[in-house]
Amino acid sequence: MKVRIKFSKEGHTKFIGHLDTMRYFQKAVRRAALPVAYSGGYSPHMIMSFAAPLGVGVTSTGEYFDMELTETLPTEEIAARLDAVMAEGFSVLCARQVEDKKASTAMALVAAADYRISFRKGRAPEGWKERVIEFAARKSIPVLKKTKKSEREIDIRPFIYEIALDGEYIFLKLASASANYTKPELVMDTFLQWMGEELVPFSYQVQRCEVYADKGTEGSHVFVSLQDLGEEVE
Amino acid sequence: MRKLALDDEILLKVDKAARYIGGEVNSVMKDPSRVDIRFAMCFPDVYEIGMSNLGMMILYNMFNKREDVWCERLYSPWTDLDRVMREKKIPLFALESQNPVRNFDFLGITLGYEMCYTNVLQILDLSQIPLLARDRGEEFPLVIGGGACAYNPEPLTDFFDLFYIGEGETSYDAFFDAYKENKAAGGSRKDFLLKAAQIPGIYVPSLYEVSYKEDGTISSMTPKCPQAPARIQKQVVTDIEQNYRAIEKPVVPHIKATQDRVTLEIQRGCIRGCRFCQAGMIYRPTRERNVETLKASAKEMLLNTGHEEISLSSLSSSDYTQLKELVEFLIEEFQGKAVNISLPSLRIDAFALDVMGKVQDIKKSSLTFAPEAGSQRLRDVINKGLTEEVILKGAAEAFHGGWNKVKLYFMLGLPTETEEDMKGIAHLAEKIAKTYYEEVPKEKRSSKVQVNVSTSFFVPKPFTPFQWAGMFSEEDFIAKAKVVKEEIRAQLNQRSIRYSWHEPDVTILEGFLARGDRRCGAVIQKAYEKGALYDAWSESFQYSIWKEAFEETGVDIDFYTLRERSTDEVLPWDFIDAGVTKEFLVREWKNAREERVTPNCRQRCSGCGVKTYGGGVCFEGKN
Repeated sequence: MKVRIKFSKEGHTKFIGHLDTMRYFQKAVRRAALPVAYSGGYSPHMIMSFAAPLGVGVTSTGEYFDMELTETLPTEEIAARLDAVMAEGFSVLCARQVEDKKASTAMALVAAADYRISFRKGRAPEGWKERVIEFAARKSIPVLKKTKKSEREIDIRPFIYEIALDGEYIFLKLASASANYTKPELVMDTFLQWMGEELVPFSYQVQRCEVYADKGTEGSHVFVSLQDLGEEVE
Repeated sequence: MRKLALDDEILLKVDKAARYIGGEVNSVMKDPSRVDIRFAMCFPDVYEIGMSNLGMMILYNMFNKREDVWCERLYSPWTDLDRVMREKKIPLFALESQNPVRNFDFLGITLGYEMCYTNVLQILDLSQIPLLARDRGEEFPLVIGGGACAYNPEPLTDFFDLFYIGEGETSYDAFFDAYKENKAAGGSRKDFLLKAAQIPGIYVPSLYEVSYKEDGTISSMTPKCPQAPARIQKQVVTDIEQNYRAIEKPVVPHIKATQDRVTLEIQRGCIRGCRFCQAGMIYRPTRERNVETLKASAKEMLLNTGHEEISLSSLSSSDYTQLKELVEFLIEEFQGKAVNISLPSLRIDAFALDVMGKVQDIKKSSLTFAPEAGSQRLRDVINKGLTEEVILKGAAEAFHGGWNKVKLYFMLGLPTETEEDMKGIAHLAEKIAKTYYEEVPKEKRSSKVQVNVSTSFFVPKPFTPFQWAGMFSEEDFIAKAKVVKEEIRAQLNQRSIRYSWHEPDVTILEGFLARGDRRCGAVIQKAYEKGALYDAWSESFQYSIWKEAFEETGVDIDFYTLRERSTDEVLPWDFIDAGVTKEFLVREWKNAREERVTPNCRQRCSGCGVKTYGGGVCFEGKN
């Protein structure tokens, strides 16, 4: 049975990096005594695939990994058993059975992600709310992309699927496939520079809220959350 | 959710911020208003190292079993955070509550190795606790030290209010009860120290006076008051089955620790009696844990942590009489669950090779032998009962089994060592390489044999038969390594042998701190003030700072390192009764120089003195 786990990583756990988060869940699966499948060989490892790495400092309410179980269990039970062994800051939100194909690993599916940005106390620039709306209306958002060899201008507007004001937050839906992965920090820094603000480190907090696959056909996006691609098993 | 002591900006700037946030799986949270004693337990090195320490985890578990005590952990902030904390005057905090350590009742510091001493001062300094015990008022925590280095606490007496000598299981309950009683009665810090001094194993250095002779050696050490016993008796869990405080839920570190695994202590002590080995002397008598208890404990800890590896901990696993049963159980029970089984300190024999073949990838792993000395003569001097024949036989069997990497550990600078002994290291390595080419036919060789020779320089330690021995100068040590290097290069199979050696400067300093007295504290403090920190880390160790510290304090390092002591000299640690008697150590020192081997505890009792504790190997088969 291939299972997709959705979890949140909030509070202090944002300081735990991606590799350590993977290690954390490998141990959590053992603590929950779930019948997980291992690879063969002298140093067998859990068959596990994480959807999208989360940077240090970013919190999330929509993280995913897939794992392989050797027997079929009710998804609700899987989620409950895993959630019972979480450390402070981690919660298991749900488990879903997903189809077992190479092309449908959590990582291969990722096409977009939602983010919620908040300014840290005292760091919000004056009039930012009005300017977000203006920024969202721009037809193109050129950004200088520096690589080791060269510098070239690219337009990141097509990769910003949505940018909106959401109360005290900025909501972003960004392209997140491996070919067009767009960092929320890039969008935010571009926005702040466009506002004429000097970039001060740590002036906003990023939270990832959801990760999506794209089920649309050419030219049109139909984003479905990784959770909704799976099914509950009773 | 807990409020962190450090804000996001700091934590996002420093390396591996997860070291400082607490909240790990199995870490213990309590309501501070419902406990009587707040204890901050510190391992003075970085988180990944400290989290791997078994002794600290045992005490953490044991203290927190008491409802009236909340024991929390802390480790040394890395140098990046150290700078920020000093600059912003942020007081050092315990991981669980994130509260400042300076408001705790106790700060306990585990002294695992000498090179952590400047880190001890960093902990005090960052906690904003006066470095010197005598400057601490009622508002500060009592600072207590323990662990292997507490067997000679004298260089650290300026900085500690108390020391606990020996195994923590026996006296800490009485210690905490006395503290509560004193607090309830409105007693002062001094009142408590006087009470604590009467608890077995507790040493309160301020209650003693040391006088010196003209030649610089100790004249006497005397208690200043009737409450202070003339001798402090090391504490031992005599009945290890009844009184072992097993850890059910080890804390699981947030980031990969040096030893990212379950550690199962299978026995304490060692029957071998190697004359250089402090652990083999101070942890006597050897006490084995029951194999059924260990099986249950292994299961429990693996389930509660989710670790994917379990390691058996002891000074000499092969001497654990139930090893075969335990290891077979672990393989059967856990190998299907992808749990690695790690067996350090295993003597290479048919059983070991069979087990190792099952639990590790032969192609990637190497065999480790620790002959410690290059010749049989010198191995007899140090009482290392490993013969060339056994090594070569073990190696031959291993080569047939598919191994082709061998690691060899030796020490240079052992008492009575001659040039022939040093060259013997090269000759032994050569014989092992030759054995490979003789034993393994060409068509079966997957690649060349690789013999890795590693030497460290010998440091005489308190409570060993070599506690009187002199050390060598830096130049002498380097010359010794050069002898080995050149002799290896002269061997036929020299291209199969790799040689590496440790730097002598750290060794010399370790020797100074290991056998120092109360006058050495000034050097440690001076070195710390001049910037010495993380001396156990080669990338941060700066010998030049220490050299300046010696110069400025006027302390002569050679007096402590180079000098061979006479057996009637009063040694700084003589006031501790470590179980092994001085008569025994003197006898062994003599045996060593006469190249006479002493049999192990199971072969024949050598009358070391620990029998008075009434347990362990001394009474095996006699009940």
